[in-house]
Amino acid sequence: MLTLQCPYCGVWAEETELHAEGEAHLKRFGPGSEDEAFEGYLFMRENPKGVHFERWRHSNGCGKFFHAARSTTTLEVFGTYSAQTLEPPQEIKDKISAKYPGWSWREFA
Amino acid sequence: MSTRLAQGGRLLNKGKQLHFSFNGKQFTGYEGDTLASALLANDQLMMGRSFKYHRPRGPVASGAEEPNALVNLGKGGNFEPNQRATTTELFNGLTCESQNHWPSLEFDVGAVNNYMTRFFPAGFYYKTFMFPRAAWKHVFEPIVRQSAGLGKAPKDRDADTYEHFYAYVDVVVMGGGVAGLQAAKAAGLSGAKVLLMEQTAHWGGRSMVDGGEVDGQPVADYVDALVAELEAMENVTLRNRMMGAGVYDHGYVLGYERVRDHAPLESGPRHRLWRIRAKQIVTATGAIERPLSFAGNDIPGVMLASAIRDYVVDYGVSVGDRTVVVTNNDDAYRTAIAIKQAGLEVPVILDARAGGGGALADEARALGIRVENGKGIAKVKGGKRVTGVAICAQAGEGAVLEEIKCDAVAMSGGWSPVVHLWSHCGGKLTWDEAQAHFRPDPSRAPTSHDGEAFVTVAGSANGYLDLALGVKDAHDAGKAAAKAAGFTATRKAAPKAAEAPEAAMEPVWLMPQGAGPELRIKAWLDYQNDVKVSDVRLAAQEGYESVEHTKRYTTLGMASDQGKLSNINGLATLAGQLNAPIPSVGTTTFRPPYTPISMGSIAGEARGDVFQPLRRTPIHAWHDEQKAFFEPVGHWRRPYCYPRTGESHGEAVKREILQTRNSVSMLDASTLGKIIVKGPDAGKFLDMLYTNMMSTLKPGRCRYGLMCNENGFLIDDGVVARIDEDTFLCHTTTGGAERIHGWMEDWLQCEWWDWKVFTANVTEQYAQIAIVGPNARKVLEKLGGDMDISKEGLTFMGWKDGKIGDFDARAYRISFSGELSYEIAVPASQGRAFWDAILEAGEEFGIMPYGTEALHVMRAEKGFIMIGDETDGTVIPQDLNMQWAISKKKEDFLGKRAQERPHMASPERWKLVGLETLDGSVIPDGAYAIAEGENANGQRNTQGRVTSTYYSPTLDRGIAMALVHHGTDRMGEVIELNKVDGSTVKAKIVDPIFFDKDGEKQNV
Amino acid sequence: MSNVVSALNGVSQSGIALVEETGLRGMITVRGDLASKPMAKALKDVLGASVPEQRQIASGEKGAVAWMSPDELLVICDHGAAEDIIASLNAALAGEHVLVVNVSDARAVFKVSGECAREVIAKLAPVDLAPGAFEPGMMRRTRFAQVAAAFWMNDDGSFEIICFRSVARYVFDLLCVASVDGSEVGFFN
Repeated sequence: MLTLQCPYCGVWAEETELHAEGEAHLKRFGPGSEDEAFEGYLFMRENPKGVHFERWRHSNGCGKFFHAARSTTTLEVFGTYSAQTLEPPQEIKDKISAKYPGWSWREFA
Repeated sequence: MSTRLAQGGRLLNKGKQLHFSFNGKQFTGYEGDTLASALLANDQLMMGRSFKYHRPRGPVASGAEEPNALVNLGKGGNFEPNQRATTTELFNGLTCESQNHWPSLEFDVGAVNNYMTRFFPAGFYYKTFMFPRAAWKHVFEPIVRQSAGLGKAPKDRDADTYEHFYAYVDVVVMGGGVAGLQAAKAAGLSGAKVLLMEQTAHWGGRSMVDGGEVDGQPVADYVDALVAELEAMENVTLRNRMMGAGVYDHGYVLGYERVRDHAPLESGPRHRLWRIRAKQIVTATGAIERPLSFAGNDIPGVMLASAIRDYVVDYGVSVGDRTVVVTNNDDAYRTAIAIKQAGLEVPVILDARAGGGGALADEARALGIRVENGKGIAKVKGGKRVTGVAICAQAGEGAVLEEIKCDAVAMSGGWSPVVHLWSHCGGKLTWDEAQAHFRPDPSRAPTSHDGEAFVTVAGSANGYLDLALGVKDAHDAGKAAAKAAGFTATRKAAPKAAEAPEAAMEPVWLMPQGAGPELRIKAWLDYQNDVKVSDVRLAAQEGYESVEHTKRYTTLGMASDQGKLSNINGLATLAGQLNAPIPSVGTTTFRPPYTPISMGSIAGEARGDVFQPLRRTPIHAWHDEQKAFFEPVGHWRRPYCYPRTGESHGEAVKREILQTRNSVSMLDASTLGKIIVKGPDAGKFLDMLYTNMMSTLKPGRCRYGLMCNENGFLIDDGVVARIDEDTFLCHTTTGGAERIHGWMEDWLQCEWWDWKVFTANVTEQYAQIAIVGPNARKVLEKLGGDMDISKEGLTFMGWKDGKIGDFDARAYRISFSGELSYEIAVPASQGRAFWDAILEAGEEFGIMPYGTEALHVMRAEKGFIMIGDETDGTVIPQDLNMQWAISKKKEDFLGKRAQERPHMASPERWKLVGLETLDGSVIPDGAYAIAEGENANGQRNTQGRVTSTYYSPTLDRGIAMALVHHGTDRMGEVIELNKVDGSTVKAKIVDPIFFDKDGEKQNV
Repeated sequence: MSNVVSALNGVSQSGIALVEETGLRGMITVRGDLASKPMAKALKDVLGASVPEQRQIASGEKGAVAWMSPDELLVICDHGAAEDIIASLNAALAGEHVLVVNVSDARAVFKVSGECAREVIAKLAPVDLAPGAFEPGMMRRTRFAQVAAAFWMNDDGSFEIICFRSVARYVFDLLCVASVDGSEVGFFN
């Protein structure tokens, strides 16, 4: 059972205080978008063995959504960070690079 | 015979005698006994029968690894099957029964299987119960079911209570042997917060029996001093009777505390499941002795050498008068010495090693014990207990050299570290050739959230079977764990221990090594599941090369002991047959819990009244007093109807509806979700959330709205009231309040975080009561207050704040029934009083409450949709002909893009219509409208399905809503719908608004 | 109003700790920019309280203010005073983007007191309740078994727990189960 630190209230919350909210950094496509872009937004998801970016919500806590970068195999957590961002912070990307040189995930590397 | 010795029994309080019963027979034991030691003391060696062949079985071990001595413990609400006699502490009044036999332990019909051994080889079930297919249902399955399962299932409700406890520590140490204690001390000296748990009631582990010296004092004294020292340390907690059950991700540990299994009459919980988060974990879980595989090694009286020693030293119990010791290592000599010193006979020590043992062997010889090197057991003689052994050369094929009479055999095949807790979360193992066992590989430890190792292993669990090495290893492990947890490790040096060096063990996987089929078929690997050397060999021959496959094919290690004794012997046998090195065969996966834990402890407090949270409105108690029939809606319980004496539910619903349509009734609508949305961008935000335009709503007015997800499908609906320029109050469905509030926060926090909008879920701030029916206004007028609720004062789809009677109220003039209707919200603390006031005011109109079923029927009569009935996660508003609620002016709203997809815009989608059966009957729930022909799977084609179907008391006929292919274009057409009995019912497609099509009733 | 009632009408039970429903309490959700000067001034002027630090609860003359999230506070006051405080806060924060809303009746409040109070809480909430780890002045939002709840600790060592009113009975029953006689854990002393 995971423990993640909520970046908003600072609590090291165990998974029972949290709710998984799917993949992070999805770009919304609305009316007028191409079919392919909309399909990608709605349905296409990463399923990596290794580095992954997710959304979580501190639902039994401060109620805030946040991002987490972790390894799906070792469960190492590279960091949690604000939901109000379009990409992972450099510091977290560096931490991942130190462990998994040459990693990439969607447009991030 | 097995008996109580006059001397010895270090754990016993001989001043306190305890009475207990086994299979209805009364026995006595002492405080400090386990059930197993007490039974042995009473010459009750046979404690059960095996699962498959029903062979007589006695205990093999003295602790958690015991496979045989399982009993049905207790009675009634305290009954629990499969309790290990070796870990059950004796208490006064204990009652138990042995398992897996009928009619009795002594005479068992199922033992006939024993004579059929040859016909139950590995994979027997897979091979046998194949053909004919029909035999499965009537022959095979009943037989398998009859014989499946260990022990009896409890019949009564568990009378005990259980609980959880959350604990947060720096270092958890599992195992209270000398290694665990030493590790805890080393970690504790750093200042780290340490929790040490020990599964038994005693500290010191094996060292208390095996002896040795630490820091110049006997190890038992050293342990006592260590325990006293740890107890005095404020940052160290010691818990015994608490087992480390599992190690999980990110330092999560389950500790299984058996609080009062040993004292069932005391108050408090029986078990407590500790949910621990530890920065670091030290597993000092010791090692388990392995049996030797020789013919007849399962006959009662054949036991692990260490167990026989434990029974003598700890409990003053001799398993037999004459005990033959058979071993491949020096440790078993300790047993011979202990037995001899207790005044019992050891006719011979059979040491399979040609070179024999070391200093301990000399000591045994000095005591006058005969030692035979290079010898082993060809077979054990006896049925319900050992009567003798046939000796052979270990190197041969089993030619009998000599037969020796004895009534017990102490065997030792070497020691395997308990690596379970190390392995649970991914710790890897390495094969130790010298000691012929797997031990943890410190370079491949389980890692935590920071990517660093979080489990350290200590003592014999780490393969350091020697006391001196083990204590030092444990000291280092404790220091390492404290350091890894962020503390400065103690500089104190490890204690020094001395022990006589031992001669190297030599692996013996079969005794004698050339044993033929006749012997192999009686050489047990897994006692509980009756798996023998011959079965594993057969599996290998039949192509089961993977250890995981062999496990499942033979059931090796699949019993409740999870192969604690059989694992290594089994996979060594497999490796031998495959001609592969043992490490390349590997082990099966170690999964928690270490030993079975009670279901009650897992459930914790969640049983009875608190099994699940029930949500109650401020008026719930009144509904309860009226004996309302409740239905679950989410976690709420809402009255379905209020049956009066002698009334059926159907009659009650009918009465409630007719009263509403003809006069006035009331509904507890408090469960409806209420979310405040406020801010300069609130209108813009709601325009994105709802399919219709909310920003144009005027303060003081209400608008019904639909919400879709990004797939375009309907997820919720409700009435939105604009409170002021910046503030809206959104009503959601009963089940939707938390979900929709989360949905709003998701978009505000993660997508439009620069929009100035705040939300608050105020669902439970209010008791909301609907007053519904032609006389609704009269009731309100009677209540008085300062609010103008006249036709003009509060028009349809308007709302107002003010006083109704004495109550602070907000009245919404909205209707879900088509009647004149006011939904009135008052603070929850005033809810019950307000309800009572309405009842009183409405008395002259015969006011009565109505439940959710009346609500459903009345909305269906009006053709109003219900989320969850007309929608199922695949329905878009257009399917429900709700284009009127979809703004065409808005460039964007959630779901809009999805609804533009060709499939969503297709005219072929099923559309909402009403259905009227030609015969007036009620269509069954979930009925399909059938079409001509069959699909590719030979199923009848369909052209629609019923979404809601009711008897309408207003119209006195069956009405239904359905999604039908081209439905809106087929008004008046008659279609057929299937019924449960296979027949069909004809229904006419009609407008879904069955009643008061022009909406005149609500506009009065 | 004479007929104003709390969820469980002040029920109580005693075991290894005393569990009491405290009765109605004024509670006001305040959402806004907690770092803003007008917010600090409004809290000071209306309640005599300062803006609490992350996960802290600050006390003032007219009530306490608890930190709930980076943009949310909970004012805890007398039940009867809530509406006046809301009006004052709204006036003090006029022109600011804030939401001030009465949630007094949406909640139930329980008090757990006695030597084993820490243990009773630790049986239900995944929170470190060891002395030093949780102390008076802290506010923790979490779950109690299966429902969301929040709690803080008073100077006398007692705890106060708030939950939704609809699950008041569930939370009370939970607390009673957790404080049943004979269930002392002995971990915190």
